[in-house]
Amino acid sequence: MGEPLLSRLIADGPPSLWEWIARNWDTGRVGSIKDLLGDHLVMSLVPIVAGLVLALPLGLASARWRWLYQPTAGVFNVVYALPSLPVFMLLISVTGLSKTTVIIPLTFYAIAVLLPAVVDGLGSVPDHVRQSAVAMGFTPLRRLVQVELPIAVPVVLAGLRVVAVSSISLVSVGALIGQGGLGMLFTRAYQNPFLPPVIVGIVLIVALALVADGLLVLAQRLLTPWVRARRAS
Amino acid sequence: MITFDAVTKRYADGTVAVDNLSLEAPTGEITVFVGPSGCGKTTSLRMINRMIDATEGRILLDGDPVQDIDPPKLRRGIGYVIQQAGLFPHKKIVDNVATVPLLLGWDRGKARSRAMELLERVGLDPAMGERYPFQLSGGQQQRVGVARALAADPPVLLMDEPFSAVDPIVRTSLQDELLRLQAELNKTIVFVTHDIDEAIKLGDRVAVLRVGGRLAQLADPKTLLSEPADDFVREFLGHDRGIRRLQFVGTEGLRLRTDLTVPAGFSGGSPEPWVLAVSDDGRPVGWLRGDGGGEPEPYGTFRPGRDSMRSALDAALLSPSGCAVAVGEDGKVAGVATREALDEALAEAADG
Amino acid sequence: MSWLSDFFGDPANWSGPDGIPARLLEHLEFSALALALAMLVAIPLGLLIGHTGRGGVIVVISANLARALPTLGLLVLFVLLLGTASILPVIIPLVLLAIPPILVNTFEGIRGVDPELRDAAYGMGLTGGQVLGRVLVPVALPLILLGLRLSAIQVVATTTVAAYTGLGGLGRFVIDGFATKDYASVVGGSVLIVLFALAVQLVFTLLQRTTVSPGVSRRVKVRQVASGRETT
Repeated sequence: MGEPLLSRLIADGPPSLWEWIARNWDTGRVGSIKDLLGDHLVMSLVPIVAGLVLALPLGLASARWRWLYQPTAGVFNVVYALPSLPVFMLLISVTGLSKTTVIIPLTFYAIAVLLPAVVDGLGSVPDHVRQSAVAMGFTPLRRLVQVELPIAVPVVLAGLRVVAVSSISLVSVGALIGQGGLGMLFTRAYQNPFLPPVIVGIVLIVALALVADGLLVLAQRLLTPWVRARRAS
Repeated sequence: MITFDAVTKRYADGTVAVDNLSLEAPTGEITVFVGPSGCGKTTSLRMINRMIDATEGRILLDGDPVQDIDPPKLRRGIGYVIQQAGLFPHKKIVDNVATVPLLLGWDRGKARSRAMELLERVGLDPAMGERYPFQLSGGQQQRVGVARALAADPPVLLMDEPFSAVDPIVRTSLQDELLRLQAELNKTIVFVTHDIDEAIKLGDRVAVLRVGGRLAQLADPKTLLSEPADDFVREFLGHDRGIRRLQFVGTEGLRLRTDLTVPAGFSGGSPEPWVLAVSDDGRPVGWLRGDGGGEPEPYGTFRPGRDSMRSALDAALLSPSGCAVAVGEDGKVAGVATREALDEALAEAADG
Repeated sequence: MSWLSDFFGDPANWSGPDGIPARLLEHLEFSALALALAMLVAIPLGLLIGHTGRGGVIVVISANLARALPTLGLLVLFVLLLGTASILPVIIPLVLLAIPPILVNTFEGIRGVDPELRDAAYGMGLTGGQVLGRVLVPVALPLILLGLRLSAIQVVATTTVAAYTGLGGLGRFVIDGFATKDYASVVGGSVLIVLFALAVQLVFTLLQRTTVSPGVSRRVKVRQVASGRETT
């Protein structure tokens, strides 16, 4: 690394950001911004969806058999504390230098956040509501699908928002094993000191996170119209 | 003595919580603020220890305006009990009770032994001092709340709906406990409740407030029941005012007959329609017909001089004879109050 | 597994400025420094905002934004802008990312204290500072410590990544090993980092157990449970 870019920036004026984007957006080759954006979406969406799909049954089981919750949550708590980079590295010997190596740990982090959310969400169903559903003759399955899960939605979605935003930003660490989606822009910028890729990478990742967050807020409004009605009244 | 002198509380949005309130809470008495929600009773109470400051008027504590006293200093000299007790969850019961003494700079040993003594005083096992609040029931927590308020022996106690979150049986025992304590301690107590029965039971004086924070009536409970100032107070007092008033009429003067009792083995031959069978050790067994037929029928008892006319009347209504059985402290029959005797006493009560 | 014995069995890995003890100490130093700086900013700010109730929106927004910021991008950005003459360009993003978890949880912890409790405390004549120090902080302590723990997890992970931009610490074994295809170093370093992270987690769990009042955590010694009828 040579002199800090800040001083060069001050001497030369702002870098030709737009020109760089236009040149690298769609080169038709691996590593174009468009290509990395696609990779990034895949590597962050798969853990979000897989995390939810796995956390739901785990959470349901933990809510039903309370003794299961402490040990399961304990294990995921420990997993959550593990830094992503060494976990990627250790996984390489199993899954190689592939997207899967990034996707698996992110899925585990997602479960670690979503499992308590599902359990707390189901716990937020007031007892009198559950009792009256039983009294009206709901079968356990119908009660779950029609009463308990809808009431749990706000808490689960709050957890999902955390998962979505952090997964999207965490993918970029994968760049250190060559699988980072937009994170590849950071390593590229560092190896060949140049600002535009870093700025584009950060902005695109934050934008992706905000869009995902916004979509989940929208989903919550559509899925739980009563929450907003209550707030408005 | 606590004096409200034309006190008004107006909030920034123009809502008036308390409107030109003037009254006195005399030293050594329980003054109850009662009224529907929105009547400003809690606001009035909280203005005494400056949890809220009055907009207009003055509140005097033994002649000194509370506005002139620094709030923490003022509050350390006033016991404060609130609905959920507000115990500090991170401190043991004994340390909760010792809070104010420690704030006042007592040494630790003295504060703790004072706390232990108070726990006993409010009817708790001092061993509970080593527990944490979550390990106590609601009623026990409320007793600790009272002990904590009394810890530094403040002359004034403010109680904001302290018993409204516990079940009716516990509430009754907490009320009795408060009256017992007050008989020993003679504090100046201001008590807020929305429950008129609680107000009548506990208050030496009851201030009925109406929505908008205006005083509707200030009177002792008996006067309140017999002479409500207006329709609002009458409606707020609810049904059975006449019957409820009887709880302030004593039974000392009640004429008792002692010729209506018979031994348990009685087999007929009395000119009276009903006679009271009494066991060998003098306790009531039941009402028998004068001709000796049938099994002993149920009876009701009262303690003359201690129980009210309401209890005596209640005892009379529980038995087929229409008479109330007077029993002494030892549970032995002291005599029988007949319908005629009760009639005389009621007529007297109606006059007086 | 032979990678592990290669790495840990090599005496050269146990001495010198790039040996395990030195790297471990560096990792600890950088993590502790970043966490301490973050605490210095976030705890007073969280207490203030939670106690006064003003500025809560800023806290929530900053927390969401911090989650969205890619750590690697931030590290590279600061290093490119400020150079590598000092560790400052690396420490800044480390601290920035460590602040939000502490800030949010301190704020939420203080704000979430039962208003009745606050009321009782003022009513007994505690001053504002006493209410904060003697009541609000002890009751909010579980959440404050949770914030510290989440922040520490974040810092340990970010310090690892920061090895890419030239910072020392255990991340060096992994990053350098990966660059030179020295897989014994990669695997050994990864295991070391994992163990380090677990140790940090353990420290905070122990801290939680020793500093939070049993009345708040509802964890009470056996002796008292035995005599208590209403314990849960």
